[in-house]
Amino acid sequence: MNIRSHFTYRKAVDRIVRGLCLLAALLALVPLFSVLYYVTARGLGGISFEFFTELPTPVGEEHGGVANAITGTLTLVGLACLFGIPPGVLAGVYLSQFGHTRLGKIVRFSADVMSGVPSVTIGIFVYSLLVVRTKQFSAYAGGLALAVIMLPTVTRTTEELLKLVPEALREAALGLGVPQWRTTLSVMLRTAAPGVATGIMLAVARVAGETAPLLFTSFSNRFWPGGLDEPTASLPVQIYTYAVSPYEDWHSQAWAAALVLVALVLTLNVAARVLVRHRVR
Amino acid sequence: MVERRSVLKGLSALLLLGLAAGCKRGDPNSPNIYLGGAGATFPFPLYSKWMSEYNKLHPEIRINYQSIGSGGGIRQIASETVDFGATDTPMSASDAKKAPRAILHIPVTIGAVVVAYNIPGVTGELKLDGDVLADIFLGTIKTWNDERIARANPGLALPSLPIAVVTRSDGSGTTAVFTGYLASVSPKFQSVVGEGKSVKWPVGLGAKGNEGVTGQLKTTPGTIGYTELAYASQNRLTTAAIKNREGAYASPKVSAVTAAAEQVELDDSLVASLVNAPGAASYPIASFTYLLVYEESKNARKGEALAKFIAWAVHDGQGLAAALHYAPLPARVVQKIDERIKSLHFGGKPFLSQGT
Amino acid sequence: MMRQSIWPTPERPPLVPGRFRGDTHRGDRVFSWITAASASIVILTVLAMTGQMLASSWLSLETFHWSFITSLEWNPVTEQFGALPFIFGTIVSSTVALALAVPVSFGVALFLSELAPEWLRNPFGFLVELLAAVPSVVYGLWGIFALAPLMRETVEPALRASLGFLPLFSGPNQGYGMLTASVVLAIMITPTIASVSREVLRAVPRAYREAALGLGATQWEAIRTGVFPVARSGLVGAVVLGLGRALGETMAVTMLIGNRADISASLFAPGYTMASVIANEFTEATEDLYLSALAEIGLLLFIITVLLNIFARFLVWRVGRQGGA
Repeated sequence: MNIRSHFTYRKAVDRIVRGLCLLAALLALVPLFSVLYYVTARGLGGISFEFFTELPTPVGEEHGGVANAITGTLTLVGLACLFGIPPGVLAGVYLSQFGHTRLGKIVRFSADVMSGVPSVTIGIFVYSLLVVRTKQFSAYAGGLALAVIMLPTVTRTTEELLKLVPEALREAALGLGVPQWRTTLSVMLRTAAPGVATGIMLAVARVAGETAPLLFTSFSNRFWPGGLDEPTASLPVQIYTYAVSPYEDWHSQAWAAALVLVALVLTLNVAARVLVRHRVR
Repeated sequence: MVERRSVLKGLSALLLLGLAAGCKRGDPNSPNIYLGGAGATFPFPLYSKWMSEYNKLHPEIRINYQSIGSGGGIRQIASETVDFGATDTPMSASDAKKAPRAILHIPVTIGAVVVAYNIPGVTGELKLDGDVLADIFLGTIKTWNDERIARANPGLALPSLPIAVVTRSDGSGTTAVFTGYLASVSPKFQSVVGEGKSVKWPVGLGAKGNEGVTGQLKTTPGTIGYTELAYASQNRLTTAAIKNREGAYASPKVSAVTAAAEQVELDDSLVASLVNAPGAASYPIASFTYLLVYEESKNARKGEALAKFIAWAVHDGQGLAAALHYAPLPARVVQKIDERIKSLHFGGKPFLSQGT
Repeated sequence: MMRQSIWPTPERPPLVPGRFRGDTHRGDRVFSWITAASASIVILTVLAMTGQMLASSWLSLETFHWSFITSLEWNPVTEQFGALPFIFGTIVSSTVALALAVPVSFGVALFLSELAPEWLRNPFGFLVELLAAVPSVVYGLWGIFALAPLMRETVEPALRASLGFLPLFSGPNQGYGMLTASVVLAIMITPTIASVSREVLRAVPRAYREAALGLGATQWEAIRTGVFPVARSGLVGAVVLGLGRALGETMAVTMLIGNRADISASLFAPGYTMASVIANEFTEATEDLYLSALAEIGLLLFIITVLLNIFARFLVWRVGRQGGA
């Protein structure tokens, strides 16, 4: 084959491959749009005032809502932040300064290990640790499980972002007589804060949708929980329960609950990634 | 323009709200009582109605019941992570050993395990013999137009669709009752599968809870499965008439369940099987369903609230049963229960002194 | 509050009335202690997890030894527990998911890092990442009502009609089974593989591409000869990360796989994965041995995902190093 036709062949291959890549890219987005379409189309039908304010009604009866699941998710995620963010950020601070030491390397390795553990395994860990000992399914246990999931992400994000802050800032502050610890907190961490906040938002978005660990820890509740030591309903568990049930009414509530959950998660993701322009100074 | 900062603030506000909402409300001397229960999916429609009605009568008492299967109910009550359990099949000796104290089985209603199916084009009632049913669930009968099914159902246009069996993937009292029945009418089933809450099914899709099985049956053509009467009725599934001990095909109706219950005598343990009950009108796969309660309660207020709820359920609650396709308890069963629940106590003091 | 001192000396801080000197040292000490404690919490959590999983699985480990991994018999009634059906199900569903996801993910990664116009890259990349943001249970919900009917009525019959001679595509289908679960898994791991691959491709220095282009290669050839060889281990790492994610996926799989503890040659048949069986049976396992067997499955899952994770990170890290060299 002469050079000319060989070249045509090569160009054709190039075009085909590029076309395939475009096709792949479009194919990857099809499920996303399908899911968003279904969630919106079917979910909107279930949204009503009573959906947000009522408790679930007895099986087979119409109406009722998921008010307790919505607050339940907020409670659990709130607890997860309470348990997970302080240790995570502080561990990240530690890693940014002492990450090169042997302890630092072990910590980083542990964080990486934890981030790969399936959430269902974390669920049975917290069950054996807390639920069995306290003989109680509780919001605490659920929050703890979610915190364990958040911890490695928050740690690594904090570490990476602190490392990005120029050393010059630290040196300037130290030069002005600010104590070491103050420097780290008020200067370095403050500068890294927007990025850390981003990481936290993404971590929150992730744990808000977790279902499996909650099945063994916070369980579920058809009423308002009377305290943090009682089983608590949550959106993901409610969606799961309603989705596999045979009742039409429950199905439409599942879609509506999915809409709420997806809206929450997407808002956090959009806020975290897209609005980078408005960095807090 | 929405700033990220404001999203962050909004998020934090929501989370604080959530934390506040979750915290203990009111003072420790408030009359609010929370009772947690878990177990059988079999009676869940009735229990959720009972608990909702009881909460209307006594707003300070919240009873939260999670339907996770009889196996779950037994395990959770034995480990005391709930205040009461629920099961369709009695605890075995080894189950009972795991509990720190004696547990009482209290029958509170009667239901039926129905065989439901979704055959495109067939809306009539299928008639099934016990051995045919067993062979379907063993996988030896594979298509809907199999000769053995057609023989008993000459009037139905059965397609040549493969039979898709649906079973339970979780530990289920309904499974125990159903396999108990199949094992009693088919020696082959007894030897290949046996009976129990969780058996190794030779064929079938696994679904979670009676809810899951019913959901599968509703949406997938060609399926057959076993579920509780209330679920089948509420979802308008087509159900089969099963040949009973006397040779008559009994449709799964509340009256046929009551007929079966009338035939059985309860002893002091309050546990009895209704499978293959005698009587021409009896439905052969009926079952009591029990609440599991510690005879000696560790919490006076909770124990008393629970005992009172049970007394209510066994009397006033029975009126709500029929509408939800459960059979009310026969009068002499209620009498026996009243006697027995007087033994529920805290520190030697019984909760219920003179009956209800 | 900053101390205003104009002449700080290197050895000791300026003497201001008050507790300044003691403060600093104490403050620093306390702070280092707090951060070190937090860092230890991370280590302790991992150790506690490992320890707890081992403790919970001990009974099962002792009773079954290796037969746990080789036995097909999962029978709570006779208390015979073998995890092979779940291991098989996990491997098959992950493999099929990878087979579907990897070509698409690489295509996406190439598109985003090489082929798309600049203005399109970030928005498009963001959309792909949104795929990862959707919770698993919502995928399960969508799967039950949108994907399963589609598989049952359209895709699986079409496969059977065209490729039915293969045992893979034979047998009855209900829409719930290995294939449907694998499709959902593929959708869920695509963003992971795609974004890591994109980073890996970006880490390859431009020089490699440009050298090939300078020699007259087409864009594809430049990528094939200039970028891939360098990025190869990183791309493998991305795939391994995706695999790790697939192994741990629970909810969407549980809702679509048919929950049957058996192995079958057909992809249409129902199956079971390690994560699903734990989710379904954990809260109700009445016997100690049953519970321990489930915990042992959790332990296996834990070990496998940890090893894969470490391996994947090592591979991705290697590309970063090579790229910098």
